[in-house]
Amino acid sequence: MDMQVAKKKLGLKERYAVMTRGLDWTPSYQKMEDIYPYIAYEGIKIHDWDKWEDPFRLTMDAYWKYQAEKERKLYAIIDAFNQNNGHLNVTDARYVNTVKLFISGISPLEYVAHRGFAHAGRAFPGPGPRVACLMQSLDEIRHAQTQVHSISNYNKYYNGMHDFHHMHDRVWFLSVPKSFFDDAITAGPFEFMVSIGFSFEYVLTNLLFVPFVSGAAYNGDMGTMTFGFSAQSDEARHMTLGLEVIKFILEQDPANVPIVQRWIDKWTWRGYRVLTLVAMMMDYMLPKRTMSWKEAWEVYFEENGGALFKDLARYGITMPKCAEQIALEKDHLSHQAWSTFYNYAAAANFHTWMPDEDEMAWLSSKYPESFDKLYRPRYEFWREQAAKGNRFYNKTLPMLCQTCQIPMIFTEPGDATKICYREVDYKGDKYHFCSDHCKEIFEHEPEKYVQAWLPVHQIYQGNCFPEGTDPTVEGFDPLAAVLKYYNLEHGRDNLDFDISEDKKNFAEWRGQATKNI
Amino acid sequence: MAVAAISKYEFAPTDTQDKFHGAQLLYIGWEDHLLFCAPFAFPFPPTMRFGDVVAGPMQAAFGYHPDFAQIDWAKVEWFKSGKPVTLDFDKSLAENGLKHKDVIRFRTPGLAGIEGSCS
Amino acid sequence: MSTVFLALQTNEDTRPIIEAILQDNPSAVVDEQPAMVKINADGRLVVRRETIEELIGRDYDLQELQVNMITMSGNLDQTDDEITLFWKS
Repeated sequence: MDMQVAKKKLGLKERYAVMTRGLDWTPSYQKMEDIYPYIAYEGIKIHDWDKWEDPFRLTMDAYWKYQAEKERKLYAIIDAFNQNNGHLNVTDARYVNTVKLFISGISPLEYVAHRGFAHAGRAFPGPGPRVACLMQSLDEIRHAQTQVHSISNYNKYYNGMHDFHHMHDRVWFLSVPKSFFDDAITAGPFEFMVSIGFSFEYVLTNLLFVPFVSGAAYNGDMGTMTFGFSAQSDEARHMTLGLEVIKFILEQDPANVPIVQRWIDKWTWRGYRVLTLVAMMMDYMLPKRTMSWKEAWEVYFEENGGALFKDLARYGITMPKCAEQIALEKDHLSHQAWSTFYNYAAAANFHTWMPDEDEMAWLSSKYPESFDKLYRPRYEFWREQAAKGNRFYNKTLPMLCQTCQIPMIFTEPGDATKICYREVDYKGDKYHFCSDHCKEIFEHEPEKYVQAWLPVHQIYQGNCFPEGTDPTVEGFDPLAAVLKYYNLEHGRDNLDFDISEDKKNFAEWRGQATKNI
Repeated sequence: MAVAAISKYEFAPTDTQDKFHGAQLLYIGWEDHLLFCAPFAFPFPPTMRFGDVVAGPMQAAFGYHPDFAQIDWAKVEWFKSGKPVTLDFDKSLAENGLKHKDVIRFRTPGLAGIEGSCS
Repeated sequence: MSTVFLALQTNEDTRPIIEAILQDNPSAVVDEQPAMVKINADGRLVVRRETIEELIGRDYDLQELQVNMITMSGNLDQTDDEITLFWKS
């Protein structure tokens, strides 16, 4: 890029003031509380909205210019990738399963974030945060669209991505990211900003985009790398917005501090639970690995998040208390998650497999405290059974956590041999949780979480079969009916990678690409 | 605590027993056998004999594990919500005091998973 | 002091920018990862417009950096002349 820089009449600070506060006005014939009805009920007190300033001082005119440049770069690369049969250059076809997880689990969240930021921006009386929310809202829909465009090329060749949005609203494990975002957008505008703007974007998003996208580059997936980095270039601005919002709210009134602290505690935990999927992507699904989940957590949360919370200490904000439990889980999280998807491979839109000898050795070296002792014996057993034609497909539905909606796979803090069970009695019914943190979140707002759409319970209530299904007929196969409802084809979109059409096709096409047949 | 809301916030819970067509939910976990990644959720009629739960659905769900065939059911320790409980195979779920969304676990002394790894 | 960082895409646009950052922040450390360059510094990192302009031989608007930025850590302040990343404690 060789951009011509026009001589500006105004400096950055003046231009920012003119293009934000300068465009705002004070209403004369409508009351402020009628125009901004959602601004008081969460208990956050704001005295001076003008104290908020975007430190990048980005204005809409400059925004369009730079976003257009990002799009040009992105689409040039996507075109080159597609014209060049780039999908055959990835390390091996197992890699494509991370893309399936991304399009069905993450991209729909980008779209919901677009709606969330549009809503939050509309709710805020201050022009500074309103403009920043508008930009982020536009960024998020751009991310959803560019991800769909990039990944549509994979959809031409590989299974499981054909109806990602339909699946996002229905498939059992996708209720985890879906309910996470639904929880955030049904909160008030301030909680939304703390949940997504701060806790997710600032504290956790690096763990999604940086190691994963760098991993995509390492595995020869130029398309994913490019949309990932293009999205991430907006992310730097989102992180800044998230941090500024927190500082602004905290500086406005000391009464805001405990409310914000509770939101940070809640949303760091909620976001971390969603990242369980990323942990397993990094440790199991990238054929060539850049760093382990544990290493990424140490760099991007412990080191970087540590610096952040040290900086916020002057407002009276402390490190979320869940950080202690997370530290205990980092040796186990990815293995417990991969075991889960290996169990339920018949009901997912991607394939799973057992790591080979070299991969097991890598896992042992990255997880010396846990892998050989707890997980290797399990994997070796599964591998032996698969070799005998007895691959394990768990067909019985699991118990789920009422808050995070993940199956109850997590172990007691400090004892990785015992499943962690927590429960609460509320208005005559029992509710179950994977952890103290999910339990506390429920106890704070039980009215909200008793409405959870838990996929397992919905299946048993008969709500997850195609219309017209009669579950009372002789020989009814509930799994088959549920897969139809998900729009997944048994034997093609699910089951082990080893017997998949993806594996067979990739080998054949790669052969054609390198030989004259 | 209550949800912060702009008006009255009251909604019916999603998973009350009346939604399950005569069944009630029972969660069952096998201690020290994490080859099954999580406890299972089952819908059973409250009148179902507990022994039939063990012989039928539990056999189908846990039977893949080589330890399952070795279980001496007379020695099994049962827990309800983490506390020891005695369950009578000849009585129904309701007669055993098991209600909608109760969670039971069982420990099988001497059996601790693949190579004792709790898998 | 805690570490601040700035991560940029590895490409022709950022090569002189990284060079400029290293000139202006002698204690900064470069961490090269697949397709990206992460620049770490203790407590404070400054990106100066003038240094970049000297290296690329044309006028430069610091907002152009938006196109190639991947992520960052620290409080941020941007003016016409500088982008500063910093921790207060």
